[in-house]
Amino acid sequence: MNRKLLAAPYLVWVAGFIIIPLLFILGKALTTADGGFTLQNIAAIASPIHRKALLLSLQLALLCTVICVLLAYPLALIVRSSKLNQQSIVMFILILPMWMNFILRILALQMLLSNNGILNMILSRFSIAPLEIINTPAAIVFGMVYDFLPYMILPVMNSILSIDNNLIAAARDLGANGFHVFWKVIFPLSLPGVASGITMVFVPAMTAFVISDILGGGKIQLLGNVIEQEFSVSMDWNLGSGLSVALMLFILATSLLLGRGQNQSDRGRLLW
Amino acid sequence: MKKWCYLAAAVCCAALTLSGCNNKEETESLTIFNYGEYMDPDVIDMFEEETGIEIKYEEATTPEEMYTKYSSGAISYDLLCTSDYMIQRLINEGEVQKVDFSSMQHTGNIGDKYWEFASVFDPDNEYALPYFWGTVGILYDTTKVDAPVDSWDVLFNGDYANNIIMPNSQRDAFMVALKYLGYSLNTSDEAQIREAQQLLLQQKPDVQSYLVDEARDEVVAGNAAMAVVYSGEAYLGHEYNNNLAYTIPKEGSNVWLDTWIVTKHCQNVDAAEKFLDFLCREDVAAMNFEYIYYSTPNEAVINSLDPELRNNESLVPADSATDNCEVCTQTDAAVTQLYSDLWKELKSE
Repeated sequence: MNRKLLAAPYLVWVAGFIIIPLLFILGKALTTADGGFTLQNIAAIASPIHRKALLLSLQLALLCTVICVLLAYPLALIVRSSKLNQQSIVMFILILPMWMNFILRILALQMLLSNNGILNMILSRFSIAPLEIINTPAAIVFGMVYDFLPYMILPVMNSILSIDNNLIAAARDLGANGFHVFWKVIFPLSLPGVASGITMVFVPAMTAFVISDILGGGKIQLLGNVIEQEFSVSMDWNLGSGLSVALMLFILATSLLLGRGQNQSDRGRLLW
Repeated sequence: MKKWCYLAAAVCCAALTLSGCNNKEETESLTIFNYGEYMDPDVIDMFEEETGIEIKYEEATTPEEMYTKYSSGAISYDLLCTSDYMIQRLINEGEVQKVDFSSMQHTGNIGDKYWEFASVFDPDNEYALPYFWGTVGILYDTTKVDAPVDSWDVLFNGDYANNIIMPNSQRDAFMVALKYLGYSLNTSDEAQIREAQQLLLQQKPDVQSYLVDEARDEVVAGNAAMAVVYSGEAYLGHEYNNNLAYTIPKEGSNVWLDTWIVTKHCQNVDAAEKFLDFLCREDVAAMNFEYIYYSTPNEAVINSLDPELRNNESLVPADSATDNCEVCTQTDAAVTQLYSDLWKELKSE
């Protein structure tokens, strides 16, 4: 009985802030402004404009996730091979930017990347042609990577640092060279961390709208921007909810695919 | 249980004595609702001193926020100042009292032109008193633009490709194209709105970005040659960077107008009228002008300005410049939907 009481606050939290809002969104998504049932709002994701926004979101989110993996993985390996006190310093530095509000960081990035910004000032010092990166998809991906990289690094590093040194020593004992140790021991054991990192980066990148608005100069429309527009300007909450539900279904499907891959790699690990 | 009864009784007594106090003194008071930083605080003190009427002053940031607070009814506002389309909505919903402006002492200071602007949403000028106004125009960097700018054409002729900032709001962006094509910005003709969208689509590759709040800063910082901004922003921009100039294109533009209304809840109409008249008095209007630096409709103030301020087109536009300008009114549901669809299409290109 007491245990159930202890769980009550969490139940209230989950119901009040997750389940009920989701039901509201689902309700809005499945109705017209007059309250009649419709699937139009969700099906609207297939209209050319929305499909284009979804594909662009997908493209940028994938690119962002791949870059994050490529940056985070080697870093985790380097940290693993460094001394213990160095490890905590690296962790601290990586977490540091997260102390600042992410919108502020994106605004700062906008100034750095702008045509007359600091980046171009430094480039011109070295007589390099200025980069016109602001207001392009590249700037958005840059901003996403900058913002979401810690969410990739932390789980990847966690899984790599927690690999038992004895396993590697054993592999060495049995005659494995450096490549084999990595490929047959470290890599498979790190996959769970990579998988959760991918989810934690891909999902926010897929739904981003502030980053694309600020660094894209309002010229690039991701699905997040469309949804935001429907809620705040067009006041079409039904369509906005419909597109949100479609996006959620899409992300859910992607996660399930990823989850299946994850299970297979678990099985693969047993085989190895 | 008994304890609670005592407590309740005590609270009731306290409430009674407090309300009793109010009745005894019988001070007149007005509850006023305005945008933030939109009135010199000294003006309020002055009014209280001169008339003995106590002012309860409330502020909000957006017209929508004002509307929500007003209609919740938690506070009964006597006077309210907000933007053209929101005034239109309040008038249509029957929330506004008629006021006889012609019988007031100082309302003659407000130029005819501004009553005419107001007549778009208040046809007989019986509800709304003009307070401040402004235009939408082009803020440009004179070091980056060779010819003097006098037309929306500079935004569409490709000369300043990738150096243009357009407004990131549907109505303002379409306004630019509609005016350039010679149509009304309040048009509900689908063909005209679609034609405007075609123009904006062609323009998009030349646009550096679509911004609202940051547009001025980008021009000040030299990141763009020109931007479509509100006139108040233009004046501030000029303060930061002397090379900036502002123009209202000859094809016409949008004028916005903030006005005062007396709500239907106002009991003390006399006091409310006193306050409105007070705002029109030359010295008071001058104080507010120097506090806010938006365009004032008070001609007595305009006539007494320093030549430098008088000739600043972002503060005191010439009559000829605003001849083709229009006040924006709310569109009906079908046109709103059309705008929203066309805007999404434009953004997805």
